[in-house]
Amino acid sequence: MDFLSFMPEWLITHGAAVLVIMPLLLGAITAILPSERLAWFVTLFVTVFSTVTAFAILLVIFGGETQLYKMGGWDPPHGIAYVIDGLNAPIIFLICSMALLTTLYGLKSVVAEVEPKKRAPFYAAFMLGMAGLLGMVVTGDAFNVFVFLEVSSISTYVLVAMGASRDRRALAASYNYLILGSIGATFFVIGLGFLYMETGTLNMADIGGILRNLDGGSRVSMVAFGFITVGLGLKLAMFPLHLWLPGAYAHAPTMVTVFLASTATKAALYLMLRFTFTVFDVSFDYVFTVLTFIITGLGCAAMLLGSLSAIFQTDARRTLAYSSIAQVGYMLLGVGMLTAMGLTASYVHVLNHAVIKGALFFALGAFWYRYGITRTEDFAGLGKMMPWTMGAFTLGGLSLIGVPLTAGFISKLQLARAALDRGWEWAVVVIMVSSILAIFYIGRLLLAAYFQSPPEIDGEVVERNEAPLIILIPMWFLALLSIGIGIYYSDFVVQLGQNASDVLLQGDRP
Amino acid sequence: MMDPQMSLALLLIIPMIASALIFLTGRNQNIREAISLTAAFALLANVIYLVRLVAAGERPSLLLAKFAGEFDIEFVLEPLGAIFAAIASSLWILNTLFAIGYMRGNKEKNQTRFFAFVAIAIAGAMGIAASGNLITLFVFYEVLTLSTFPLVTHKGDEKAKRGGTIYALILMGTSLGLLLPAVIGVQAIAGTTDFMVGGVFDSNVNKMAISILLFLFAFGIGKAALMPVHPWLPNAMVAPTPVSALLHAVAVVKAGVFSILKVVTYTFGPALAASSSMSTILAWVAAISIVLASVIAMRQDNLKARLAYSTVSQLSYITFGAMLASGMAIIGGALQIIMHAWGKITLFMCAGAIYTIAHRTNISSFNGLGRTMPWVFGAFLIGALSIIGVPPMGGSWPKFYLMVGALESELAILMGALIVSSVLNVIYLVPIAVRGFMRPPDNPEADAHIAEERKKHPWVIIPPVLTATGAFILFFFAGDMVDFIRPVLPGGLN
Repeated sequence: MDFLSFMPEWLITHGAAVLVIMPLLLGAITAILPSERLAWFVTLFVTVFSTVTAFAILLVIFGGETQLYKMGGWDPPHGIAYVIDGLNAPIIFLICSMALLTTLYGLKSVVAEVEPKKRAPFYAAFMLGMAGLLGMVVTGDAFNVFVFLEVSSISTYVLVAMGASRDRRALAASYNYLILGSIGATFFVIGLGFLYMETGTLNMADIGGILRNLDGGSRVSMVAFGFITVGLGLKLAMFPLHLWLPGAYAHAPTMVTVFLASTATKAALYLMLRFTFTVFDVSFDYVFTVLTFIITGLGCAAMLLGSLSAIFQTDARRTLAYSSIAQVGYMLLGVGMLTAMGLTASYVHVLNHAVIKGALFFALGAFWYRYGITRTEDFAGLGKMMPWTMGAFTLGGLSLIGVPLTAGFISKLQLARAALDRGWEWAVVVIMVSSILAIFYIGRLLLAAYFQSPPEIDGEVVERNEAPLIILIPMWFLALLSIGIGIYYSDFVVQLGQNASDVLLQGDRP
Repeated sequence: MMDPQMSLALLLIIPMIASALIFLTGRNQNIREAISLTAAFALLANVIYLVRLVAAGERPSLLLAKFAGEFDIEFVLEPLGAIFAAIASSLWILNTLFAIGYMRGNKEKNQTRFFAFVAIAIAGAMGIAASGNLITLFVFYEVLTLSTFPLVTHKGDEKAKRGGTIYALILMGTSLGLLLPAVIGVQAIAGTTDFMVGGVFDSNVNKMAISILLFLFAFGIGKAALMPVHPWLPNAMVAPTPVSALLHAVAVVKAGVFSILKVVTYTFGPALAASSSMSTILAWVAAISIVLASVIAMRQDNLKARLAYSTVSQLSYITFGAMLASGMAIIGGALQIIMHAWGKITLFMCAGAIYTIAHRTNISSFNGLGRTMPWVFGAFLIGALSIIGVPPMGGSWPKFYLMVGALESELAILMGALIVSSVLNVIYLVPIAVRGFMRPPDNPEADAHIAEERKKHPWVIIPPVLTATGAFILFFFAGDMVDFIRPVLPGGLN
């Protein structure tokens, strides 16, 4: 707790608001800054500051507290409340720290991938996206969630489209995402409308209390649950609502891909958990049915079909994107179990997968940065051309497969254990089949990188050209972290998962 | 003076430090190999200390890490593990000597990587040997798989890539797909994965669940090479011969059968395992595997391929003993781990010596070679006799115990498989040595050249002679070993 004594008192009490407002304000200012270097420094300042603040809040929450921050001093349910507890504190820290790592990475990669005059607006959009994600995670007000969801979505469409100077297909991908994302947001807001009809309030805890008194409420809240689930399902790329994801991941600038892959779907999953367990309750028939049968089923389908599709992709980024869809399936399976163990496993995987995918996409970005490589057939000889980057990719890949002593193993161990505890032996089979499919899609890339010779250009073998240090540092940080979680910090991560599942299952919230 | 906990930690620390130092000093061949040898001797000294503790009835333990909630990474050394650690560490010394001769003699590339990964693989084997529960065993099992992959694919050509792919796919596929669910299943049913004398299950446990778990373990531990999950082993023969010798006759495959023995004795308990109908089925599978692999071995002309199939057959003896799960059979299986290791490493080293000196790999080309390389072919003959189980070679004891174990069980008919296999062993191993000594050489001039060549490579000849001697001497220590192993059985030998 020494770290906390260095933090000013006001920063911790007002931390919830500061985290959202700072990137929002400075993001707007950044948009008109004349120099891209200056914009980068502002972004770096914001992300470092947020990470430190989020870490302090995480420590406070880990001590067992819940933070309630009343916007403008208005008491909930009339005013907007920001709430930080064991469920969202780790996600907030995840978003801030991933933003910091991607910003470091961006120093070089953005210069290579985004047109010069668009770079300052790029950082502005990045900060707005970060503010949106933080806002939707931190707020305790349902309509506020919608607002921040749109803030983050719209800035993400812009960010994806900025990949166009590298790859024109980014425009189509962004457009796809825009259409599907807007449909998702519309579904979500319609659902909120129904909830407001039923309960007359927008404070999440308040809605929850009223719905419990009504024992689930009428058909209106049932319909509301359906709309909200579909709307959030689109945002978190729940199979079969995942169609926007591969294109967006494949063609966005690398920095954006990493940030999206390790935070955006996680924040959406957090919202699904919050709505299912805090606003609604699993004791309602319709919630129980949807989770046990539909969410679990879709999760399993995602694990199998996502992993299978990943094997047949010709673009390495698409391989990992389909793998992400499968990994979301793991998380949904854990949620569908509706047990403390299942929720813990799911939450642990949210954190672990962010680390693993971050490392992998960082490495893919570095391959493009040096050699313009994205297709799987061009992986030949990368082990010799970029040994350090390929080393990080290998560690991340092994972790994704779920080899022992990596973070991925911890997730799978927890999830399979939870499935047996629930009496779902078949789910263990699905988990293992999906892991084995992962051996194929990762192994294919590793074999090409290490066993084939580097290509020849004009009769000369391509020379070794390692990625710059500022790109290697965040990449290796995540790769080593995934090993660290697999060995030393597994207990800590599982503890975070248990805290989160405690919050979800106790149900009440100020 | 020595602390048992420290000593357990050293099991991992010594080879890991050796590996790091080898990477760092890679440019200087002599220093690099001196480090390998020093580490091997230090590890053996450490293991001897631990073996004496275990023999005195102690069970040193060390909690390495609290691991993901209810799972722990913990070391507890018991007799079976002590035996496995002793074999792997003692043969690491001899194999390092052999590897120095072989790798230099054949001017192999990337020797630094080779020695470094062998050291990591040894660390993995030590972790398996000392594992105190199933989850620890699983973790180090995978470490061993991953660390041997660069060794199998050492040559880096298309053939190595293909062999390596099959190797990794089968070993990782079976372990992630079958073994891991079995481990988690044990945790879910029994509430612990610790190894305990007599097993962890209640007497009223669901018999169906036990059968399924036994099935998952038998095939999930792919390193035991029970048919039909054996193809990784012949494919692993693309590796340099020192790898085949140490890893695919000793560390990796013995890790597999050791795990099966350990699971049967400590997780299920012999009584529960024997009462399951699945163990009868698996005993049949093992018996079929013993005979079938021997038949396939007879048809191989490439010496390493023949030895690989012979290994598949010999490993199934141990699985067979574990599935009979009587006192005699388990002791027989444990003895087979020791005796087969010394015998088979001899044969592989001889194969490597013949390749290094004479550049021959096919048995049909061995005519008269025994006259130019009498020590190598002599060692081969001794090793072969031990594998067959001819007294007074060490290998005769496990065969004896296993046959008695089979006779005592309800599966006496399967003793037939052991007898048939012994006959087949004679047919496919002895003629190799006989061909070397008795047949006239095909090309006397070439053989004269080989006799010259031989003098340059003493370090591929001495190690197999030493291991062959070991295979003979071990015959006289079987009684001590049986006394050492006996505490693993809940009711003693009966």
